[in-house]
Amino acid sequence: MTCTEFIALLDDLIDDSVASPIRTEIENHMHECEHCEVVFNTTRKTIEIYRSHELYELPNNLRERLHAAIMARCKKGC
Amino acid sequence: MSTIQSIAEENEQHPDVALVERVRAGDVSAYDELVRKYERQIFRIAQHITQNREDAEDVMQDAFLKAYEKLDQFQGNAKFYTWLVRIAVNESLMRLRKRRTGKMVSIDEDLETDEGSVPRDLADWAPDPEQNYSQSELAEILRKTIQGLPQGFRVVFALRDVEGLSTEETAEALGLSVPAVKSRLLRARLQLRERLSRYFKRKTGPAMPQEAGLK
Ligand SMILES: [Zn+2]
Repeated sequence: MTCTEFIALLDDLIDDSVASPIRTEIENHMHECEHCEVVFNTTRKTIEIYRSHELYELPNNLRERLHAAIMARCKKGC
Repeated sequence: MSTIQSIAEENEQHPDVALVERVRAGDVSAYDELVRKYERQIFRIAQHITQNREDAEDVMQDAFLKAYEKLDQFQGNAKFYTWLVRIAVNESLMRLRKRRTGKMVSIDEDLETDEGSVPRDLADWAPDPEQNYSQSELAEILRKTIQGLPQGFRVVFALRDVEGLSTEETAEALGLSVPAVKSRLLRARLQLRERLSRYFKRKTGPAMPQEAGLK
């Protein structure tokens, strides 16, 4: 397996949707290719960091205000 | 912290189906529940696309109102949430269009780039790299980094990886093909990784030849 082939399978690997024969090939490649191992680990970490940090929090008071505005208009039949 | 809904499992009767039925029968309080359930996600998605707080507030309101008005057009075979996201994406794009008057805005914009499709920065990261920054510094880094992505990549990453939609749901919400979503997702992930590397890579002391070679 080449590095390019590895990168093409990176998403499937991260999303855990690789069939087992290819999976072994991928794991062998990562075992001998430090670069691809780093790319895999840091890409997975990138997703994890974005998933666990709320970037655009909606403060409760604003949420309540918007919520009330939406419901008031719905009750009037929009 | 994260409020990712577990919307991956596909069961026969999603709880939203009953709520939608009640709204259709004239029960506004059921809609209140639906709004409460998804308002945070819709706000975040609108922020990711418009990158503007006031626009996101407007989009959130307009999306829920539009969904309410068009509820009889909603097909029960799609998920209510996916359908709602699609409305919010369209409202967000319309909002952007208004802002940059006359200029066409679509999620296909700015994709003429190969930047980041081949990883260049191959330095490993520190074990828990985010701990080298305060919460507010980190949030600023993450915001700045994702805002630098082309819009068509940013939206795919936000829906798929941040909000936890499946590839198929992301495709449906954006009106894209599944292969298009997959190719954008890979490039979005690689570009974000590349950009975050600047902040997160392991400090290897001065004058590491390997680091000096990477620009
Ligand atoms: Zn490799």
